[in-house]
Amino acid sequence: MEKIFTRTPTLTSSETHFCPGCTHGIAHRILAEAIDELGIADRTIGIPGVGCCVFLYYYIAIDTLEAPHGRAPACATGMKRAQPDKIIFNYQGDGDMAAIGTSEIIHAANRGENITVIFINNSVYGMTGGQMAPTTLLGQQTTTSPYGRNFQTEGYPIKMAEMLATLEGVAYSARVSLHKPKNVMQAKKAIIKAFEMQINQMGFSMVEILSTCNTNWRVSPIEALDVIENEMIPYFPLGVFKERTGKDFL
Amino acid sequence: MAYIKIDADRCKGCYFCIKFCPKQLIIVSDTHNKVGYFPAQFLQEKEDQCTGCKTCALMCPDTAIEVFK
Repeated sequence: MEKIFTRTPTLTSSETHFCPGCTHGIAHRILAEAIDELGIADRTIGIPGVGCCVFLYYYIAIDTLEAPHGRAPACATGMKRAQPDKIIFNYQGDGDMAAIGTSEIIHAANRGENITVIFINNSVYGMTGGQMAPTTLLGQQTTTSPYGRNFQTEGYPIKMAEMLATLEGVAYSARVSLHKPKNVMQAKKAIIKAFEMQINQMGFSMVEILSTCNTNWRVSPIEALDVIENEMIPYFPLGVFKERTGKDFL
Repeated sequence: MAYIKIDADRCKGCYFCIKFCPKQLIIVSDTHNKVGYFPAQFLQEKEDQCTGCKTCALMCPDTAIEVFK
């Protein structure tokens, strides 16, 4: 009997702090597997934002830099310009990237910074207690929208992957999900593609991952997978919104 | 044919592996682990039915599953 699946070397043996059934653990694993498959672990620097993703340095054995709230794209810009041979990625949640860090992400994308962004969209502020985020769905109850999100007072959920795809500097923009085995495999392929874009110096690459937050959605882990399928995907469609094939922008 | 090894102390009891196992070879354990969750457990007696498809390991958020074939 031969071992055909085990922990990838870049993923440390630390037990995660995530709640039971949080798909963040899957996102971390496929990210570490993507780094190992590309063989770039020794020259990759991760920049996790603030939120549940903040302890990335415990779980993935690469160098990391901690950025203040929402400022990870700005830190990544400096890091990439100072060390262009390194592979730089951000790992941010929706509260971090779509709310406090909107300015940084849009301008980093518009400048076409040669970085990769992993964006976890779970439609709430997970770590701080389930407050309403810019990506919260219409009608979704959170601790700060107890009657459900209303577009007349709180606006509409923001679609980051589509919005960034309109910018000229963006080379790759995709939205994937982690609610089924097939989608997990597609998510891993999208992350590898995004890293390849950076390795080939094509420009800014971004993968939005629909993730669960069953604790703050107040459902069981398995029901949370159905929430992604039935409520999130109809509003946040999966797919590749922009993929640059050549350096036509030069 | 194939079998899986579940690290019971890492398992947090989300049971994604039970939901996605195409052969229903994983059940909930009767005994709790060191942190108090009831972990998933592989049915050793049905080992001959496991095809080593790795679906359980692919969906495990805590990387608690190793697959042998």
